Amino acid sequence: MSKLDSKIPEGAIDQKWTKYRSTVPLVNPANKRSLEVLVVGSGLAGASAAATLAEMGYKVKVFCFQDSPRRAHSIAAQGGVNAAKNYQNDGDSTYRLFYDTIKGGDYRAREANVHRLAEVSSNIIDQCVAQGVPLAREYGGLLSNRSFGGTQVQRTFYAAGQTGQQLLLGAYSALQRQVGSGNVTLCSRHEMLDVVTIDGVTRGIIARNLVTGEMEKHFGHAVLLCTGGYGNVFYLSTNAMGSNVTAAWKAHKKGAFFGNPCYTQIHPTCIPVSGDHQSKLTLMSESLRNDGRIWVPKKKDDNRKPTDIPEEERDYYLERRYPAFGNLVPRDVASRAAKERCDAGYGVGNSKMAVYLDFAFNTARYGRTEATKRNIQNPSHEEIMRLGKEVVKEKYGNLFDMYQQITGENPYEVPMRIYPAVHYTMGGLWVDYNLMTTVKGLYALGEANFSDHGANRLGASALMQGLADGYFVIPYTIGVYLSTEVTRMSAEKDKADSIDKLKTKHPAFDAALKEQTDLINKFLNIKGTKSVESFHKRLGLIMWNKCGMARNKQGLTEAIAEIQALRKEFWSDVRVLGSADEFNPDLEKAGRVADFIELGELMCKDALHREESCGGHFREEHQTEEGEAKRDDVNFAYVAAWEYKGVSDWELNKEELKYENIKIAQRSYK
Amino acid sequence: MGSGHGTELNLTLKVWRQKNTKATGSFETHQLSGISTDMSFLEMFDVLNEKLISEGKEAIAFDHDCREGICGMCSMYINGRPHGPKQGVTTCQLHMRSFKNGDTIVVEPWRSAAFPVIKDLAVDRSAFDRIIASGGYISVNTGNAQDANNILIPKTDADEAFGAAACIGCGACVAACKNSSAMLFVSAKVSQLALLPQGQVERKERVKKMVAAMDEEGFGNCTNTGACEAECPKGISLENIARMNRELMGATFK
Ligand SMILES: Cc1cc2nc3c(=O)[nH]c(=O)nc-3n(C[C@H](O)[C@H](O)[C@H](O)COP(=O)(O)OP(=O)(O)OC[C@H]3O[C@@H](n4cnc5c(N)ncnc54)[C@H](O)[C@@H]3O)c2cc1C
Ligand code: SF4
Ligand code: FES
Repeated sequence: MSKLDSKIPEGAIDQKWTKYRSTVPLVNPANKRSLEVLVVGSGLAGASAAATLAEMGYKVKVFCFQDSPRRAHSIAAQGGVNAAKNYQNDGDSTYRLFYDTIKGGDYRAREANVHRLAEVSSNIIDQCVAQGVPLAREYGGLLSNRSFGGTQVQRTFYAAGQTGQQLLLGAYSALQRQVGSGNVTLCSRHEMLDVVTIDGVTRGIIARNLVTGEMEKHFGHAVLLCTGGYGNVFYLSTNAMGSNVTAAWKAHKKGAFFGNPCYTQIHPTCIPVSGDHQSKLTLMSESLRNDGRIWVPKKKDDNRKPTDIPEEERDYYLERRYPAFGNLVPRDVASRAAKERCDAGYGVGNSKMAVYLDFAFNTARYGRTEATKRNIQNPSHEEIMRLGKEVVKEKYGNLFDMYQQITGENPYEVPMRIYPAVHYTMGGLWVDYNLMTTVKGLYALGEANFSDHGANRLGASALMQGLADGYFVIPYTIGVYLSTEVTRMSAEKDKADSIDKLKTKHPAFDAALKEQTDLINKFLNIKGTKSVESFHKRLGLIMWNKCGMARNKQGLTEAIAEIQALRKEFWSDVRVLGSADEFNPDLEKAGRVADFIELGELMCKDALHREESCGGHFREEHQTEEGEAKRDDVNFAYVAAWEYKGVSDWELNKEELKYENIKIAQRSYK
Repeated sequence: MGSGHGTELNLTLKVWRQKNTKATGSFETHQLSGISTDMSFLEMFDVLNEKLISEGKEAIAFDHDCREGICGMCSMYINGRPHGPKQGVTTCQLHMRSFKNGDTIVVEPWRSAAFPVIKDLAVDRSAFDRIIASGGYISVNTGNAQDANNILIPKTDADEAFGAAACIGCGACVAACKNSSAMLFVSAKVSQLALLPQGQVERKERVKKMVAAMDEEGFGNCTNTGACEAECPKGISLENIARMNRELMGATFK
């Protein structure tokens, strides 16, 4: 029998959640006060979960490694958040959002979860607006929407190019309200280093106070990992510098299966690498594809300035290849198409590894509309462009400023140069319908879990998922487990050495604490010759070249061997300076890189075993004649959930995916 | 420029080093050569730190995360100005093309009694979190919300609230102010919520509580020098302070 039970409720797809929600066991208010929940992470998933659970009466502790929960990486999300509100009256519905997400994910996501996500999406917008999140409005005072890739309706809500910031500040304010009223204890500048389990059940965590270096034990009846994605395994990505896999990876080593680790999203529109010094890559939001047209010159090695290349000598390759969706094809498709053009020698810029994202056409279009609105007769071209720029500035001003700041070029005048970059990880800890991992009492929410995006996430769906998980899913589903804890607690009430009396005095906590302290000392005692950073860079290069946008058997096999060698070298030659009992960013990073190296190997292994192409996972051996991803639904319509068995040793478990409501089909955006 | 044809700079860096909160700190001087003008200021620090590590010396501790100007974590006081010489950018978005070959650059942490130094260039800004916890929210539990379009908000109000909400909580305003006042930060949140219909119910209580919390944290008084607005990377306007003062008057004297 499979070790995986997804616990999907019975019934029709549009009834499952409603029915389940009203039948899950409840925990009465008095008992809630004696139940402690540890929330690791304060991004959209963590902050929304922590605030809501505290409002319900649970005792909550929140951990984040930044100096404030408001700085979680969700803050950087730019473009928007989806919801099936149908405010634009363009035919949107829960079903359509459900359908788009399953199709966008290339038929590798779980139907029941995705439908639930679509169902609660509307509530998210209501909740955020009630909190005072200033989402964009029309002149009539109603909410405004924009389009994102992979859909033909306008369902994306936004706040200029700072949607993540505004949503997170909303969740953060709800969280701080609970901190202020004493229901949440905040542990900023803390890093979770391990999960503590007793008899296979989660009982707490080990965390390091990053300021003092003190190792701490924290007890909890449930632990929620809301620790984000692992894109930084590639070294260069659009993720924040601190984003890491440590919490999820340590949980994995304690028994939590890792789902689809190889599903990585490479975002098509990022600012290209400018040199060896590059420390991270910057996204230019997908929303720009509403108004920016992507092209390369029709001639190879065309060194003319983009503005000197006449219209007929430009290849708007997305519009050419995908007339139905044009520049708004999903990310995986747009990224591969850019790579294809650059590999074929049509790339632009010094490195030739870039394509143009050009706003001139739509700036002019906006300018003409403005001129008409303002009753300007026969406006000159300059006049039109000036008016158009005002409109573009209002929509994307902060992104244009950011581009100019980084590249020194003015995107109002010349097209942006962009190239794909690692952005998001669809893979993550395997969870059931309740968001529980394979370890009892341990949950994963937001980008840290694997569940809703299949092999490719559609734009503006991650914010939606993080908030859905935190505000509207976990508050119900956690009761399923915690109600059993209540029963256990009352049964063990008179036991002198019960879990609840011992809490962190249980020897399992001391053992875990010692293990993590030893690990830290090990880093410091290697006293090798190479910096942590240099190992991270080398790992990133292996991953990008051999487990990046295009993968093949030979490359992946080589990558596995190279990563194993890198791991050995790391553990014998890394140099970590300073001490354990102080603020030591280099030591923090050593732990994260050590975990990334192990994860990298598993990602390659997963990519190697998946002998098909789907979504962001493109195996060169499996493509159609036109170079599109070719799935193998007969053999690979499953979630690969890897079980950790020891160093370089994993066992594959499969969760079969059943499509009962959507007909599985070849994805087409033509 | 850009697109990888940056020129290279030789620089002298004077950086504040301080072992921990209690230790007394001092400046340390470093020479750097071959710094590309395409690098960000923090990438220049990465180069310096790699160099230090290779020499067996401890890296300089500094705060940073997103490196996109949005998380508010980076916080360097560069040549006497929070976030350096360029207006409207955070330290992480400052690029080396803003400097000249041969420049001496002095880098210090934010200096304010309410922001104790943790180590080198990293400071403790948790006072900001406590101010928000005192009242910087709208009290609405999850699940209590009405349909979002039932609340009509004029675009101009929404835009103005958004302008105030753009604050990234970096603390440059405090670092810029000779009194270490946190008025710009606090007023941005007070304004955002006062401008929105959802924020009306708690309007009076909110401003009183937040100002009281601010005073308790040991931030100084505002004497209207305007240094905060000039150095704020997100263009948060002094008008917010004026609005907060009106709000406070309105809340205190009815
Ligand atoms: C530049 C950019 C733009 C994006 N734009 C969009 C967009 O427009 N729309 C959209 O839908 N999605 C977007 N995304 C994706 C989306 O932002 C993320 O997927 C989402 O915000 C993740 O939220 P999260 O709550 O799961 O994790 P995060 O926000 O990453 O939070 C992780 C939290 O975990 C904490 N943490 C991690 N490890 C530990 C540890 N060991 N100990 C203690 N704490 C720990 C961190 O401190 C942090 O608080 C974007 C992503 C990027 C990179
Ligand atoms: S008001 Fe400006 S300077 Fe002050 S914390 Fe906010 S963004 Fe930073
Ligand atoms: S590092 Fe995030 S704002 Fe500078």
